[in-house]
Amino acid sequence: MNWTADEMMTVAAARALHPGTRCFVGIGLPSTAANLARRTHAPDLVLVYESGTIGAKPDRLPLSIGDGVLAETADAVVGVPEMFNYWLQPGRIDIGFLGAAQIDRFGNINTTVIGDDYREPKVRLPGAGGAPEIAASCSEVIVIVRQNSRTFVDGVDFVTSLGHGHGASDRARHNLRGAGPVMVITDLGILTPDPETRELTQTHLHPGVSLDQAVDATGWNLRVADPPVVTDPPSGTELSALRSLKE
Amino acid sequence: MATITTLSEAVAAVVRDGDTVALEGFTHLIPVAAGQEIIRQRRRDLTLVRMTPDIVYDQMIGAGCARKLIFSWAGNPGVGSLHRFRDAVQHGWPVPLEIEEHSHAGMANRYVAGASGLPFAVLRGYAGTDLPEHTDTVKPITCPFTGEVLTAVPALNPDVGIVHAQQADRNGNVQFWGITGVHKEVVLASRRSLVTVEEVVDTLSVRPGATVLPGWTIDHVAEVPGGAHPSYAMGYSDRDNAYYRAWDGISRDRASFGEWLAGVR
Repeated sequence: MNWTADEMMTVAAARALHPGTRCFVGIGLPSTAANLARRTHAPDLVLVYESGTIGAKPDRLPLSIGDGVLAETADAVVGVPEMFNYWLQPGRIDIGFLGAAQIDRFGNINTTVIGDDYREPKVRLPGAGGAPEIAASCSEVIVIVRQNSRTFVDGVDFVTSLGHGHGASDRARHNLRGAGPVMVITDLGILTPDPETRELTQTHLHPGVSLDQAVDATGWNLRVADPPVVTDPPSGTELSALRSLKE
Repeated sequence: MATITTLSEAVAAVVRDGDTVALEGFTHLIPVAAGQEIIRQRRRDLTLVRMTPDIVYDQMIGAGCARKLIFSWAGNPGVGSLHRFRDAVQHGWPVPLEIEEHSHAGMANRYVAGASGLPFAVLRGYAGTDLPEHTDTVKPITCPFTGEVLTAVPALNPDVGIVHAQQADRNGNVQFWGITGVHKEVVLASRRSLVTVEEVVDTLSVRPGATVLPGWTIDHVAEVPGGAHPSYAMGYSDRDNAYYRAWDGISRDRASFGEWLAGVR
């Protein structure tokens, strides 16, 4: 079977979710990947959406985080203050699954504005939503985002959600309980933070992707594992499960 | 005791020019018809408060009702940008829009403080982000017991809180279920309140997981079937996902939005 780069990215993200994980899911690519994991190797994955639906089991991909199918199939539906205060803030959620408009070498995320001047932005983006506290309080964060030089920038224009700040000890300085980004999954491969410096390193390339492609798609001097691992291609099972989700 | 009245009378009674107005509903039970009535009554200089200013505030901002927006996520959920919001922030059209920007956790806690009669709320939030640098209503606070530095956000007590719900009875007691967002908090935090409902019934039935707000916490109730469209009311309607996609085209340029606006007025 042939597959697209986006399908490879979604499959790689689904594989990163282990059975039984409690996962805080944003809409779009994270939701698609989480639902794919639930359809394949992790049927007991606990999907938590910020609308207050805990343990949602949608039979089709929701368009929004508040689609009726999420509330109808959830183990529990709670109000938004309770979601953030009782469930997210104390660290009950294992994985926070985020997207990004810009991301830098330390996994800091911008979803607020493009441009130097917050008051006069070049592009106004939707803003924070639940992301700053998801990035702070989940045990670990996985970012799923397409890798290109517009998104992978040498310094984000605005820190909406803290990754590893300026390096190794920055999260501890801010008294954050979660470990922050442990993996950035893209359409070209996978980046993980260096254990010492926390700088993102290209550890995996998807099949058919060259190292030059990844370097060119990154707006900073990209560190690369020697040699990078080639991701397993999507299996027939993974691809058909993904495609049936999208029907 | 809540007065049960028409939507236009209720909006005329509670919303005044210059008010701080919160229309809430987290993807569900969004009082869209009430927002359009505010447009029709040509209210101006409003400070609009809402966690997720989606289509309903894109409409009100594009119509020129708002002077300021207090929010945490301004997008068309699952679709993309809010074009009228972006035009107002980037180009000041049709009028400049001041913004006060938070995270969801911060906004939810601000309503909780407002409903609780407290001046502020405490949370673990905003740490290491650029939001506190641009938003005056985010401050550090030291725990008097442990010395830990946390974040404080001030209470939100809007002049007017408006939500949509499934049912009210004839005494104005309101019941809603499904995704309830910050419905209870915004009604209790606001000085005046209006709840639009799908249906006024003789008696509210006991429904597990539902929230009831007694009529004496609400000023006005108006029966507006379908008043949450294109969002939905669980048990009455489904989310109109096609309309959310269509709004992207309607709102994209000023001319097509103008045609839509003429239809509302």
